[in-house]
Amino acid sequence: MKSDRRSYGLLLMIGTILIYALLFILYKEKIKNSFNYGLQVLWNMLPIFVFIIILMWITNLFVNKKTVSKYLGKESGYKGLAVAIIGGIISHGAIYVWYPFLKELKDKGMKSSLIAVFLYNRAVKIPLLPVLIYYFGLDFTAVLIVFTIIASIIEGKIFEGMRNTGILS
Amino acid sequence: MIDNETMETKSIIESFNEALKTFLENLPTIIGVIFLIALFKTFVSKDIIRSIFTNNLITDTFTGTVIGSISTGNPITSYILGGEFLNMGVSLFAVTAFIVAWVTVGIIQLPAEIATLGKRFAIIRNATSFVLAIFVSICTVIVMMVV
Repeated sequence: MKSDRRSYGLLLMIGTILIYALLFILYKEKIKNSFNYGLQVLWNMLPIFVFIIILMWITNLFVNKKTVSKYLGKESGYKGLAVAIIGGIISHGAIYVWYPFLKELKDKGMKSSLIAVFLYNRAVKIPLLPVLIYYFGLDFTAVLIVFTIIASIIEGKIFEGMRNTGILS
Repeated sequence: MIDNETMETKSIIESFNEALKTFLENLPTIIGVIFLIALFKTFVSKDIIRSIFTNNLITDTFTGTVIGSISTGNPITSYILGGEFLNMGVSLFAVTAFIVAWVTVGIIQLPAEIATLGKRFAIIRNATSFVLAIFVSICTVIVMMVV
């Protein structure tokens, strides 16, 4: 599974390099801009990478399967739901940087439904709320947040139902 | 959340190496996705995106969700674009679906999600998030109309 993940990632990276190489022949300037933009994003993400590695390190040190299954596992109930919602809201950085951390928690017993809830609640970005309010108003922002959280719970329930019927583990 | 038993069995260095190894295993996927996103941003302008809307409420809401799903980047960009779309006369249903799908559905990130969390999980999550983006849009705008 781990080597599958690694080779999939390598394949994706090699595929991307090939796309860049092919498009470079036709659109030299645009590809240069894309490449510089990608490097800029990577550079900006370095602190988040460090944060995620530290978070995974702390998880490895202090959290074991028993703890995860208590707070985020099958028997976690509303407490687990609350942890996933709050975790999703306060987490920051690009979504794909969080995948390895969530995989780690999944391996330790976190329910798939709570991973889905966590990922959905990343739509609520507290530091960006002033911008959303500026463009759409306070009322719209408040209503949108409420329905986003409701939708995340619905998604969690859908995943729960799929787990019960054996579609998802 | 602290478990003493775990602390005893795993050394600090061992745990750090494990975390670093897991992260490095995922790094090629992250780099691949970042450069795909960069490519998308350079080649797909906001004028191209704007030209897709047709002023039909139902199809525009669906279109907003599709564009939000394939677009990616900082959510601030979706708020700014959404604000501009509103000024251009695109319906609030479509714009809301667009900004919700922007952060909840990730077609470009899908390879990374499949690689780490599994194919079935990733596909089902993105499909349900797509439908829920429309749900959130309809509910939000209807409440705004009533209030």
